[in-house]
Amino acid sequence: MRMRKPALLMVLALTAVSGALAAEESGEGGASFQSWHADTEVENLASLQRGARNFIGYCLGCHSLKYERYSRMAQDLQIPQAQFDKLLLPPGEKDTDYILTTLPVEDAQSWFGKAPPDLSLMARARGKDYLYQFLKTFYVDSSRPTGVNNLRLPTTAMPHVLSELEGLKQAVFKTEGDKKVFDRFETLAPGHLTPAEYDSFVRDTVNFLDYVSEPTQAQRRALGVWVVLFLLAFTWLAWLLKKEYWKDVR
Amino acid sequence: MVTPASTGPSPQPPGTPQKGFKGWLYKRFPVEEFISDQLTGYYAPKNFNIWYYFGSLALVVLALQLFTGIFLTMFYKVGETTSFDSVEFIMREVSWGWLIRYLHSTGASFFFIVVYLHMFRALLYGSYKAPRELLWLLGMAVYLALMAEAFMGYVLPWGNMSFWGAQVIVNLFSTIPVVGGALVEWIRGDYGIADATLNRFFSLHVVAIPLALLLLVMLHLVALRRTGSSNPDGIEIKEKVGPDGKPLDGIPFHPYYTIKDIVGIGVMFALLAIVVFFVPTFGGLFLEAPNFEPANPMSTPEHIAPVWYFTPYYAILRAVPDQKIGALLMFVAVAAFLFLPWLDRSPVKSMRYRGWICRSALAIFTVSFVALGYLGLQPAEGLYVMLARIFAVLYFAFFILMPWYTRIDRVRTPPQRVTYHAHA
Repeated sequence: MRMRKPALLMVLALTAVSGALAAEESGEGGASFQSWHADTEVENLASLQRGARNFIGYCLGCHSLKYERYSRMAQDLQIPQAQFDKLLLPPGEKDTDYILTTLPVEDAQSWFGKAPPDLSLMARARGKDYLYQFLKTFYVDSSRPTGVNNLRLPTTAMPHVLSELEGLKQAVFKTEGDKKVFDRFETLAPGHLTPAEYDSFVRDTVNFLDYVSEPTQAQRRALGVWVVLFLLAFTWLAWLLKKEYWKDVR
Repeated sequence: MVTPASTGPSPQPPGTPQKGFKGWLYKRFPVEEFISDQLTGYYAPKNFNIWYYFGSLALVVLALQLFTGIFLTMFYKVGETTSFDSVEFIMREVSWGWLIRYLHSTGASFFFIVVYLHMFRALLYGSYKAPRELLWLLGMAVYLALMAEAFMGYVLPWGNMSFWGAQVIVNLFSTIPVVGGALVEWIRGDYGIADATLNRFFSLHVVAIPLALLLLVMLHLVALRRTGSSNPDGIEIKEKVGPDGKPLDGIPFHPYYTIKDIVGIGVMFALLAIVVFFVPTFGGLFLEAPNFEPANPMSTPEHIAPVWYFTPYYAILRAVPDQKIGALLMFVAVAAFLFLPWLDRSPVKSMRYRGWICRSALAIFTVSFVALGYLGLQPAEGLYVMLARIFAVLYFAFFILMPWYTRIDRVRTPPQRVTYHAHA
């Protein structure tokens, strides 16, 4: 495994700031976790930069972004080259390399039972709300090999790698009819981050994965406004021309 | 009453001496004759309304699909290990690749929107009735080729829905008695949907079917040149000609309809751009979420649903408990359109002069088609299946009862000349 200490330190330093800012907007509106929304904006560069740092610090150990290059990410997220090379680019990697984990597939299979999926398109395939709900609903479950289970993806093979940040919580279930349904979480052990800080940590990470799933999306929308305006102007002129020609038709 | 256009090129009498390149070319190629036969001398009814835009729009979308398709083919790498990656390469690393790809994927859906509206126009104004039966059949052939083209194109990105959609659709052929199993194996080129299937679908999608489409579209237009367009009044403009032999209610296609169609093209491209730039997946209707995961024979998507333009037929397939009969009814549902010119016994063409029975029948059919399209996207369970059965019955009733209800319907006599109010 390669060293990612600088990135990790930066994560901890900066999440404190971002966490305080987003403290009020918690997406957990009620017990039904399926209705929690990520509420992220891919135009928010600061959030994407924090998300990139989170990903490289915490996710890249196992997950790849095989369709995204480091250089593309730095450029799109407007991270200055020097800072990027110093803080985010893992040692031994070139700028133009794709963002790949160094975890060998055989090891992953023997440790987790399956290779961790590539996350390049996860936000498009499952939706960003899904990712948000997944990262927010890990709970202690001693029956699982990893010691934790997940509400969004029950019996997930993924350990709760963010537990040092979030802490540990247990899920309380209630019975409705003959069904066991999720009621609420109870904190067992606090993490380095407050719940609000962890929430914005997750949102930034999800926002970054949303960006990676379609790197051109901000450019697409910005350009679209002008294209549509041009086409409307063109259509208006064409309509005037049509009116002129059709004056002859009685 | 038409005053012929004061502007626009007028065909020169044959034998007019021409000099320079123009003269050289005209001696060797019938440029003027083509323009006068096909455009300035081709008379179309002057009373076209909004429903008459969709033919030319379909032609424009076809051109868009060919153009974007050529560029996609430059970067797409067919093969079960390369297809998915190459599409993402186009989306991320090819200059403007994302735009070309979204134009192509959105264009596919727009093709069907435009074609369905074009077909609805024919139902509304009886455009399929004599003497335009062959024109209608050629149009239906275009529609069938388009369905094959769209289905195979959807498989090419090799996402998980591509794979499972192909699995479901190709397996439909296995319901054919005796030869079904062998036929499916022959189509796939393997015992399952695999690399061989993907490669042949690519070949058919970029070479064979586009050629067939172009040929059929040309034949459709040739047939149109013989009969001329119908119009919202459903009367023949050729029956009322002036002393010059031109239809009194006709106007030269160029410049009048070429200019008018440009307005339609502008509106369509504005709508297309809104989708391409702001909602390219269109909430999962134009690009489905499971297709952002690579094809995986081990993992079935939660609901397998084809893209929206096939879902009316898919709903009919699933509404029937017996799979063989369901598949048969699905093919019949598509083929039923072919018989319209002979099922319709009404003495008038246009809905404007038909009675409430025909109007209600068309309204019920249209609602059923849209409702089936919605139900085909939903999971096949409970109320959805029940509703799909009801709408499927109504769908077929439209065709089966047509010879009867079009005869008893009270019609009004269409006018002698077309209804037209000048705007200027």
